[in-house]
Amino acid sequence: MKTLLVCEVREGKLRESWGELLAFAGALGGERELLLIGDEGLAPAVTGRLWVAPPSPRGEFDPAWHQAAVLEAARRAEADRIAFVHSSWGWDVAPRVAAGLGAAQVSDVVAIAEGGFETGCCNGKMRRIVAPRTERVVVTIQPGAFPARGGAEGTPAIERIAPAYRPDGVTFTGYEAAAPRGVDLARAPVIVSAGRGVGKKENVEIVAALAKALGGELGASRPVVDAGWVDHGRQVGTTGQTVAPKLYVACGISGAIQHLAGMKRAEFVVAINKDKDAPIGEVANVLAVGDLVQLLPAITARLRR
Amino acid sequence: MRILVCVKQVPDMAARFRPNGAGTWYGEEDLVFRMNEYDENAVEQAIQVKERLGGAPEVTALSIGPARVTEALRKALAMGCDRALHVPDDAAAERDPWQIASIIARVAQDRGFDLVLTGMQSQDRGSAQVGPFVAALLGFSCATTVVAFELGDGRVRVKRELEGGARSALEVALPAVVTCQLGLNVPRYPTLPNIMKAKKKPLDAVAPGGEPADARAATARFFEPRRRAAGQVIEGALDDVAARLATILKERASVA
Repeated sequence: MKTLLVCEVREGKLRESWGELLAFAGALGGERELLLIGDEGLAPAVTGRLWVAPPSPRGEFDPAWHQAAVLEAARRAEADRIAFVHSSWGWDVAPRVAAGLGAAQVSDVVAIAEGGFETGCCNGKMRRIVAPRTERVVVTIQPGAFPARGGAEGTPAIERIAPAYRPDGVTFTGYEAAAPRGVDLARAPVIVSAGRGVGKKENVEIVAALAKALGGELGASRPVVDAGWVDHGRQVGTTGQTVAPKLYVACGISGAIQHLAGMKRAEFVVAINKDKDAPIGEVANVLAVGDLVQLLPAITARLRR
Repeated sequence: MRILVCVKQVPDMAARFRPNGAGTWYGEEDLVFRMNEYDENAVEQAIQVKERLGGAPEVTALSIGPARVTEALRKALAMGCDRALHVPDDAAAERDPWQIASIIARVAQDRGFDLVLTGMQSQDRGSAQVGPFVAALLGFSCATTVVAFELGDGRVRVKRELEGGARSALEVALPAVVTCQLGLNVPRYPTLPNIMKAKKKPLDAVAPGGEPADARAATARFFEPRRRAAGQVIEGALDDVAARLATILKERASVA
């Protein structure tokens, strides 16, 4: 078995997630080679073969170019596993590669288990073991599931490839920086966040009141921001801010992986939720089960006494 | 212009999931089904395009599955789609993304769609594969995970969402498949008059067009993960829970 690990480049920089791909390959066993699509100067300092395809003449984000480069490297390397990180880039390119290879794809893999791949489902509440039925398999791994361990530092043996390329209808016109943050939650010692469980916009007030009573900042999970109940500047998670407060209070937050990724470094987590089985329970030091609308004002009143 | 919106019906995610008899997916007893949230954004986007172009584009909603999925199609019609296609398939829930994409592509093939919209993933499977697979099968351009969408001059200008809140801007030539991320828009609630109108809109069953493609992957086992238990669970009478929680929070906030 040989696994081709596809590194991600964004805004001219190599994403550090290649170390996670390396850890995944280690867990999988067999041989591994890497692929970089970008300037050779970005090559990761790791032993073994590294295929290098230049960046696309049509800009950094060019799915057709990336697909062609991966297919060419997989063919030359005779790889039967092709791995990406399940990032916005990875989940975009991986199915194009799987379609090109006629291969199964397994998305968002959290572990190698039972002769297949373990992956989350039902909003992170449940798991599946997926058994591929094709000889070659494309895999995207969940960020954080295979922590980088280092240990293979060295100079790669570089092999250059030129993708056989047919531009398609997608033209990259540039990156847009994240909107400026309204509040720097990264420095807040206490954060009280509102999730979908608050039910309606008016109820954000009772979460904000608790935050105030604790001398903390109001945070929010994605659904609350998407609904326009809380400003994006307060979003905690993969597409918002990554926080590490002393105290994090999650109010009505189920604990989708994208949210957990943003707050798992909190020192102490209190979750208040009506669903006792919600994944947030996994990271909570204290889980209070109950109705937010009644519970939060009662707590706030006690804190104000 | 013709727009296809692919919608999936999924269980409410607040539910308690239990494995089915074979242990390969969830059992459907006691579950309440609704339209996949990401697909609601896709339906909303299709209707906004239709409205902006003075009602000219015809918007078709498509769903694959048992009879219950027609509820999701009725909702799509009530939101403003013109017609709906139902591919009856009792085995749909356990089909892999390649098979689902193959069925969609077969139905879409000769119907002249310029734009296919769907969610970037489903809430239950979350594979994020079906959209790009449909694009590959139809030979359409493809953009995934879009949070901004603007149509004009035979192309779509979209923004893809990236980690950390950044975006990448793309121009995508039609025909195209575009997969929608949450937050792209605010899906409308169907109004009562529109729900009534939707009952008169065409909802047709269509054959999947032959045997489905071979599955490329299968679920060997569906299970509840053994979770690290919450450190301490507090439940009971409201006043009691509030008092205990207030004590913990006060203590933790004072050392913060």
